Amino acid sequence: MYENIEIINILNNDLLNHVLKFKEQGYRLIQICCTKLKEGLALDYSFGIEYKFVDLRMTIDDNEEVPSITSIFSPAFLYENEMHDLFGVNISVISIDYKGNLYRTAVKRPFNCENQKDEE
Amino acid sequence: MSKFNFTKTILKNLFSKPVTLMYPFKKREFFERTRGHVKIAINECIFCGICEKKCPCNAIVVKKPEKEWEINRLRCIQCNSCVENCPKKCLDMGKEYSNPTVGPNTDNYHA
Amino acid sequence: MGKRSIVPFGPQHPVLPEPIHLDLVLEDEKVIEAIPSIGFVHRGLEKLVEKKDFTEFTYVAERICGICSFIHGLGYCQAVENIMDIQIPERGQYLRTIWAELSRVHSHLLWMGLIADAFGFESLFMQCWRLREKILDIFEMTTGGRVIFSVCKIGGTRRDVSTEDLNFINKVLEEVKLELKQFDNVFFDDYTVKHRLCGVGILTKQEAYDLGAVGPVLRGSGHNYDTRTLGYSAYKNLDFEPIVETAGDSYSRCVVRIREVYQSIDMIKQAIGKIPQGETFTKFTGNPNGEYFARLEQPRGEVVYYVKGNGTKFLDRFRVRTPTFANLPALLKMLQGCDLADVPILILTIDPCISCTER
Repeated sequence: MYENIEIINILNNDLLNHVLKFKEQGYRLIQICCTKLKEGLALDYSFGIEYKFVDLRMTIDDNEEVPSITSIFSPAFLYENEMHDLFGVNISVISIDYKGNLYRTAVKRPFNCENQKDEE
Repeated sequence: MSKFNFTKTILKNLFSKPVTLMYPFKKREFFERTRGHVKIAINECIFCGICEKKCPCNAIVVKKPEKEWEINRLRCIQCNSCVENCPKKCLDMGKEYSNPTVGPNTDNYHA
Repeated sequence: MGKRSIVPFGPQHPVLPEPIHLDLVLEDEKVIEAIPSIGFVHRGLEKLVEKKDFTEFTYVAERICGICSFIHGLGYCQAVENIMDIQIPERGQYLRTIWAELSRVHSHLLWMGLIADAFGFESLFMQCWRLREKILDIFEMTTGGRVIFSVCKIGGTRRDVSTEDLNFINKVLEEVKLELKQFDNVFFDDYTVKHRLCGVGILTKQEAYDLGAVGPVLRGSGHNYDTRTLGYSAYKNLDFEPIVETAGDSYSRCVVRIREVYQSIDMIKQAIGKIPQGETFTKFTGNPNGEYFARLEQPRGEVVYYVKGNGTKFLDRFRVRTPTFANLPALLKMLQGCDLADVPILILTIDPCISCTER
């Protein structure tokens, strides 16, 4: 009933190679997402062609630097700015960089900080 | 490209009665299933507390020793979970919406 | 070389349904570029996953947006059901499809009213919304609420709809179709409407694909892509073709949406004809452990839900990538080179739902 999801695990320095290959084959960017793991963060880059869906998964430390893919896929700037604002991911050379001002929250990196008060 | 396409609709509008409900002269008729506000038949309640556990917003407070059932109307999202899970079926979803208030709006019921 | 100035557009503007801010760099009357600024409605709903258990989170997911609320609840439930391997009975799937298509009809009628209001045609705005009231009455009759239905749950649907109610829905949709036919020629053929929409905001086929556009924006530029053909819920049993137009301007996007209303009415009729008897939900036990990407078709385009569970009753991560988020770069491209007076029309032509974008 449901489609099969293909998840490919890659390393940080392979990211640009895979993304370039996808661009040449005619894939489009579907979304970029970040999940907080017990140790570090997991980044998911999803691409698609026709109705096929492929996901690249990358595990990084909190402060590791990630290259931006906006030079290859230009609409990625929104997703990368959002990841930077909410999780504190360090992404270099985004084409349009809001420098932390996309979501102006009272608490910096709200999704990746320790819960200050445990309220019900 | 043609002109005056809308004329027929405009003329029909000019000569028919208004579509809006003439509130407050006419009362609004709600449907049978409208989720308005939660009502309780307090005499049948056994104060088991299942509604309090199922409420996603913590709007219900049940105090078994004092036989008191309290609902915070402003927190309730009218989701119907409490009505569906009550073992004695003493909760019901009434059709009218809760009245607007200025401050907190909590209703207490004693058995 | 003309004089350059920067005009702030929004966040409060009569034509915008929700707040978004654009800084428009103008040279005389033409827009050179636009810099968006979002975050006015950011509520951080994705973080609530840590506090509400996964069965209660359906209520939060529905409240991401008011217009597309049912499909948000449906997408979340589908993602969790796939992780836990729950099979929904047929009747539950058909009911969900009927409500999803009714959501599409009401969302497109709302959009038609807003675009008519954007070019000043307020009586057409009133007609579209008057028609939409009939659909909202159907929702209230079958689910209990006009905007937030609370009718989808993990395992199926919470309510059933009787056969006479389904026949009543058929009757009302016939009336909607007849009335819509009386004034849709205003959108298709009227002289002033065509002047405002034709040739405005052209997005070529390659640009639409590269910028990641989805939904009617992509289909209005010639791509045949509709996520409903994947066959989730009861769509695999229904017969339909994605509606595609090739011109790539605002007029073709308008035509795609109006034709989709007629197509949805047909699909609802098919579904009501084929719906089987039976249960509407299955019970289940346990907690989700795993992850899944669910893709659905909202009225605005393709929406992607990512759910990750770790075996406890609180989920690890819930992420929604809404179609408006994907259409924003396409909007920025469309705004380059247009007149200042066309900016409200172009913003509305991607059907912005900013509360979905920012959650």
